[in-house]
Amino acid sequence: MDALIVPGGESTTLIKLMDAFDLWAPLREFAATGKPLLGTCAGMILLAGEVLNPPQRSLGLIDVTVERNSYGRQRESFEADGTFSPDGEEVDLHMVFIRAPRLVQLGPEVRSLASCRDDCVMARQDQVLVASFHPELCGDPAVHRYFLAMG
Amino acid sequence: MAPKSNGQSIETGTLRLKTGLAEMLKGGVIMDVTDADQAKIAEDAGAVSVMALERVPSDIRKEGGVARMASISKMREIMNTVTIPVMAKVRIGHFAEAQILQTLGVDYVDESEVLTPADEHYHIDKFALDVPFVCGCRNLGEALRRIGEGACMIRTKGEAGSGNIVEAVRHMRTVTDEMRRLTTRGPEQLMTAAKDLGAPYDLVRLVAETGKLPVPNFAAGGIATPADASLMMQLGAESVFVGSGIFKSDDPAKRAEAIVEATTHYEDPEVLVRVSEDLGEAMPGIEMGTLEEGQLLQTRGW
Repeated sequence: MDALIVPGGESTTLIKLMDAFDLWAPLREFAATGKPLLGTCAGMILLAGEVLNPPQRSLGLIDVTVERNSYGRQRESFEADGTFSPDGEEVDLHMVFIRAPRLVQLGPEVRSLASCRDDCVMARQDQVLVASFHPELCGDPAVHRYFLAMG
Repeated sequence: MAPKSNGQSIETGTLRLKTGLAEMLKGGVIMDVTDADQAKIAEDAGAVSVMALERVPSDIRKEGGVARMASISKMREIMNTVTIPVMAKVRIGHFAEAQILQTLGVDYVDESEVLTPADEHYHIDKFALDVPFVCGCRNLGEALRRIGEGACMIRTKGEAGSGNIVEAVRHMRTVTDEMRRLTTRGPEQLMTAAKDLGAPYDLVRLVAETGKLPVPNFAAGGIATPADASLMMQLGAESVFVGSGIFKSDDPAKRAEAIVEATTHYEDPEVLVRVSEDLGEAMPGIEMGTLEEGQLLQTRGW
């Protein structure tokens, strides 16, 4: 395996299943190999250093604080155009947020790579990439292309 | 109403957002709950969502009377207790109940045959609301009619509250067979197929091309054991709804957890053995032959 994506879903369910099937250690071991790791939406919550609303366990593989369901319920789920800045240059990117978590704090080693509605919505520390939106629903492979180039 | 923009090109209530939430629930279990305590048990067991309702289907069947949308206070209580999405049922055709649930902030609405229908001719125009809808079906034509009205998730009807999987199997197999048959048809045959199915032509063409529904396809109606969940997943369901099966069993927390693990690892018999052990009694089941036509819930909807 060259790279791993931890996808969206419900983080409470994912944690429950990670406990039941002993996935915490293998995921940390994968991250330790330095191969690229991408967490989207619930996946970002699992990779984060700290989780709020409510506080819950996470893998702590990227130094960010994440607030769950921060934009609201499904009623507040939204699509919008944001800015993706992969290598200094800025490109427009359509983004889909579903009951999305918010990146509320980035550690000193973490770089913001995209923004939307004045929030940082994508961040990277070393080989770990996280996004609060769903790149797979945007109809644009820009984020996945960037992720694969990290390897 | 949908979709809306505030001038900064921010859109809510789009089809992509409605279907997107359903996509996030794939591989999971959605559990019927009637109060906050049950909702908490469901969330702790690993449910991806809970369905709020006044009475579980087996009680509706037993007690009779008109079954309506759950009370506002119950729903608020449940929404304040869990962080996972909360769904709720409305009566077929009762768009005012749906408007109320949308305003309350419910995440998904089930226009459900389990409640007493409010309209014997028309289902809700689901495009008119921002909140996404799930609807039941017994065959492909019914599934495509509901999608044509704006449903973003389809489930089998099965026979709710029966604890008997046979109807859900029948409905899932019927939908799958009918989709497979469409993929073998030539373009000139599709209009007649649409007429025979009673389904919108564009959706019939889409299914003929892709061999699958354009929205997630879940199973519901009669799931009572981890084995039932595995069976429906192996038959092609992408998630399962469990109604009376959990809270009408001996040990709801343990059974809920077991059904979650069985749904994730539906193809791993060793997991199925482990989670099926020492579960206590399942809910009592009903043999279909003992139900009169008028007692069936699945024949509601058109």
